[in-house]
Amino acid sequence: MSEYIEHDKNGVSVGLVEKQYFTFAEDPHHPLVLESGASLGPVTLAYEIFGKLSPEKDNVILVLHALSGDSHVAGYYHADDSKPGWWDIMVGPGKGIDTDTYFVICANILGSCMGSTGPASVDPKTGRPYGLSFPLVTIGDMVEAQRILLDHLGIDKILCAVGGSIGGMQVLEWCVRYPDRVVSAIPLATTTRHSALAIAFNEVARQAIMADPDWNSGDYYTGKKPVHGLAVARMVGHITYLSDESMRLKFGRRLQNKADFSFNFDADFQVESYLRYQGNKFVERFDANSFLYITKAADYYDLEKQHGDGSAVAAFSKTRAKFLVVSFTSDWLYPTYQSRSVVKAMKKTGLDVSFCEIESQWGHDAFLLPNERLSALVKGFLERVRREAIP
Amino acid sequence: MSGGKPSPNAIRFDLKIIASWIEPGSKVISLGCGDGDLLYHLKRHKKIIGCGIDHDENKVARCVERGLSVLQGDINEEVRDYPDDAFDYVVLSQTLQQIYDPSPLIKEMLRIGRKGIVSFPNFSHWKVRLQLLLTGYAPVTPQLPYEWYNTPNIRVITLQDFRKYARETGFHILQEAAINTHTHDKYGRIIRVLANLRATYGIFLISKHRS
Repeated sequence: MSEYIEHDKNGVSVGLVEKQYFTFAEDPHHPLVLESGASLGPVTLAYEIFGKLSPEKDNVILVLHALSGDSHVAGYYHADDSKPGWWDIMVGPGKGIDTDTYFVICANILGSCMGSTGPASVDPKTGRPYGLSFPLVTIGDMVEAQRILLDHLGIDKILCAVGGSIGGMQVLEWCVRYPDRVVSAIPLATTTRHSALAIAFNEVARQAIMADPDWNSGDYYTGKKPVHGLAVARMVGHITYLSDESMRLKFGRRLQNKADFSFNFDADFQVESYLRYQGNKFVERFDANSFLYITKAADYYDLEKQHGDGSAVAAFSKTRAKFLVVSFTSDWLYPTYQSRSVVKAMKKTGLDVSFCEIESQWGHDAFLLPNERLSALVKGFLERVRREAIP
Repeated sequence: MSGGKPSPNAIRFDLKIIASWIEPGSKVISLGCGDGDLLYHLKRHKKIIGCGIDHDENKVARCVERGLSVLQGDINEEVRDYPDDAFDYVVLSQTLQQIYDPSPLIKEMLRIGRKGIVSFPNFSHWKVRLQLLLTGYAPVTPQLPYEWYNTPNIRVITLQDFRKYARETGFHILQEAAINTHTHDKYGRIIRVLANLRATYGIFLISKHRS
């Protein structure tokens, strides 16, 4: 996902929030055992909470973020912050996920670099950043870490797990892994497993990072960082988040601050300039190794294989959650046919599922952009599951 | 069964009849559910477990916003995913006349549900007949309000046609209601005499089995 962080046009916000940290698996004898069999510890998760937990603890919404996101879903850290959290348009008072009603939690995913333990964290055994000695983590491991955080917070039931893209994979994983704990779920613009197209783009992005001499086999934390590789990786990502239509509308063949070609390799076209800007902006805040680890986790993810012996129907028979599945017409990274096949498997399982394909020209990124249709869908669905959850 | 005072929340008269045939607490799927009026009514008044299918994004969104479970898709395709007897009732309300290939759909309806409910505008209503006879133009009525070139209603069906179709196709009509409606179809009454001539709509409860 990209970072179209926008201020709410009505100026409504959840207000000031604070990033919090929870560390577990500190005892070397009781590390977090990962799906790969490797052990990790201690593990820290950065998380944020929004709204108030009801006395019955029955209003919990777990937001799962995508590749480059963080725990900062909404609101501001300081009164003078220039930007709110990444889904401020969706999460806040009176919004799609209404913080006057719901208690929202979001944790930075395991393997990321926005406060949670990842390859840039210091390995207590060596006193140096893990780099490539950080074990490969999976979507299942990310969910497992979140489950431990929720246990720590004393939260048993999730009224709704919601997320898009890689966040949507975590939503699905939560549902089949912890059927007793997830009442409902909203997987947005996501899939049970990446297509060859999605893996291909991720691989190009990873190669861009690894081909940067400054990457130094992942050991760059004391020297120059692989900024060029990471920037190119981000540029590739941005292409996949847009669509032919959105790029035509946004850039066309327009030139950037010039009347004619420069006949050199400067950024002539607006689209070139945009991608370079996005790439350069990204390297300021994101760790190249985290990018490698998270994209690999997403590529490995295969809900059918892991939970259904190759069958999506068998996998989804493990959950009882109510679903709202949403796709976007111009999303070519997670196309509608993938959401439809999720829905098909859920129907065969007898699950309560709703599906809407939202007409949008903005490609995969549509789920992060202001979209009244999406907000209304989420709001209506949440009101229903909350009403139906009350015995 | 005639309508009382108009109320803005009242559902269409034909939907009221359909609702009256549905047992409380049953599992219902509505094919071509539109804004979900029937499902909403059934959920509130009959505590059914329901879901709908419609191809229109706006209608699907409206349903979800109203707290209904609904899928966006082509009903002809979507029905195929459900296991046998997944529902107690499969409703095809005022959509049959728009289906290109009705037989496979009806077959699927009776596979995924124990009973089907099918309703459609009656093309042999006397006003329709009279229009064609007297004016020579293709009939345009409140129930079938389109011109020949822009109508989604590609099938013209009469009550008699449907009974014949049931006999020939091999499904059973367990119950039927011929109704005459007025005031945006919110109010109406059941027609018992000369129904094929006087009814604006026909509603049929069908099944693979005789009872």
